[in-house]
Amino acid sequence: MNREDFPMLMGDMVYFDNGATTLKPKRVIEKMNQYYLEHTSNIHRGDYDAAMKTNELYDHVREIVADFIHCDSSEVIYTSGATMSINMVVFGYMRNQLKKGDEVLLNKAEHASNILPWMKLAQEIGIVIRYVPLSPEYELTFDNIEKCVTSKTKVISLAHVSNVIGDVRDVSRIGKYCHEHHILFHVDGAQSVPHMKVDFQNSYMDFLSFSGHKMCGPTGVGVLVGRKELLEEMEPIFYGGGMNSIFEDDNSYEWKSIPTRFEAGTPPIAEVIGLGEAIQYLMEIGMDSIHEREKQLKNYLLSNLSDMPNIIVYNQKSDSGILAFNIDGVFAQDTSVYLNHYHICVRAGNHCAKLLKDILPVKNTVRISLYFYNSQEDVDQLIEALRNSKDLFKIVL
Amino acid sequence: MDSNLRREIILDNYQDPMNRGLIEDDGYLKVNTNSESCIDNLDFMMKIENGIVKDIRFDGEACAISTSATSIMIRKLIGKKISEVKEILKNYQNMIHEKEYDEELLGELTVYDEISKQPNRIHCALIPSEAVEKMLGGLEDAGDND
Repeated sequence: MNREDFPMLMGDMVYFDNGATTLKPKRVIEKMNQYYLEHTSNIHRGDYDAAMKTNELYDHVREIVADFIHCDSSEVIYTSGATMSINMVVFGYMRNQLKKGDEVLLNKAEHASNILPWMKLAQEIGIVIRYVPLSPEYELTFDNIEKCVTSKTKVISLAHVSNVIGDVRDVSRIGKYCHEHHILFHVDGAQSVPHMKVDFQNSYMDFLSFSGHKMCGPTGVGVLVGRKELLEEMEPIFYGGGMNSIFEDDNSYEWKSIPTRFEAGTPPIAEVIGLGEAIQYLMEIGMDSIHEREKQLKNYLLSNLSDMPNIIVYNQKSDSGILAFNIDGVFAQDTSVYLNHYHICVRAGNHCAKLLKDILPVKNTVRISLYFYNSQEDVDQLIEALRNSKDLFKIVL
Repeated sequence: MDSNLRREIILDNYQDPMNRGLIEDDGYLKVNTNSESCIDNLDFMMKIENGIVKDIRFDGEACAISTSATSIMIRKLIGKKISEVKEILKNYQNMIHEKEYDEELLGELTVYDEISKQPNRIHCALIPSEAVEKMLGGLEDAGDND
């Protein structure tokens, strides 16, 4: 659906790499162009028309985000993307709140961005990372999480939707449990916020991170949402213009209120405005319709693959538009090079989830990640290419 | 080179590569090629005696290009003096980067003479040459570069 909104879909390309980044609808690009062509200016303190317009648009995006994921607009911090958001949580908040021996629950299907900051913090202050075991289908279940909680568990940090297996974690149940047990709950929404309804408040999230470019928005912008009380205690990581209200030569200073305290320097203004436009676009389509559409496409893909014994699927069950597979006996990258011959864009590798190799039978997989603008015809083309894959090396070599 | 022949050589070396499988032996130089730009992950080991490459072995998960290039490279280098190895590597890298090279010296390795047309595969083809270079570098650091 909505394919006509995407200039890149006008050719013969089949784009199945949406987990890495999504295509951009024309209206997002136009909205950003408008900033560059008609009202380029910096935010804050401009007394001329262009600056006031920019300011208004920029600030309004916080309300759009708040409405989209159900939080207060003062809880919305613009970042460069989910990676920066998570680093802010870990080094701006957790570093001051946690102490040696405190346990953080992660799992081995997480993306590097939700593991490495914690590993660094473990090195710095001696927190202990524990990995919640995955189910036989490589999914993270509530029961397994609960079994790992001890009196020392202070944080649970997880992807709402994991980026290789694509299992949708029950964040509202986990969030409620965390809330009742005084455990801090951080959700990496990079693979969920673009694809389904996410409710920050009703899921008792303490922090939520996501990226703009994976949801029809531009690169270079993302969001950290944090509960107000926690943000008040969070230390800025960057210092400079725009985040302070006063500073003196005796080293005294005062920071601005949240969330601007966390946004030192000139932010990615065009990108923030583009992100706002992207969110409005997604809301007009409806997040439930988007999720339904992706599940429907994945089922269609699975049903077509079911009579192809040489295709090994690793996440048959998962409830998102992500499918990880290999052609039996073929290295993942050779498959993706082969599919490129048919103008089918997929991703081969470990997808930054480098601990998953301890659990999956292979290190590298080919990942199909769907979005609402994919069509059954896209899937048909993939199936056709896979059916012809006995000729793979004729094409690859 | 005829494209069918090229494909056949690469495929043979991919499906049945030379010296796949590592052995326990402290007399070998070792290196892993887990790289930043590539998902291939190969371990290499090389034995040098009296300035001559006696053996090279490898193992790991990798694509058709890097596996076959490793196999062909191993066949090429075993029995060569270090100075000859360096010459072969230099010419091989030149070929991959579309510079001048000695075709005769490279022999079967010229199956990759058009790999530069696929920028995402250039590094795959370079993996064995980088690995051997690294192992030789380690040898020189140890002061035994004869």
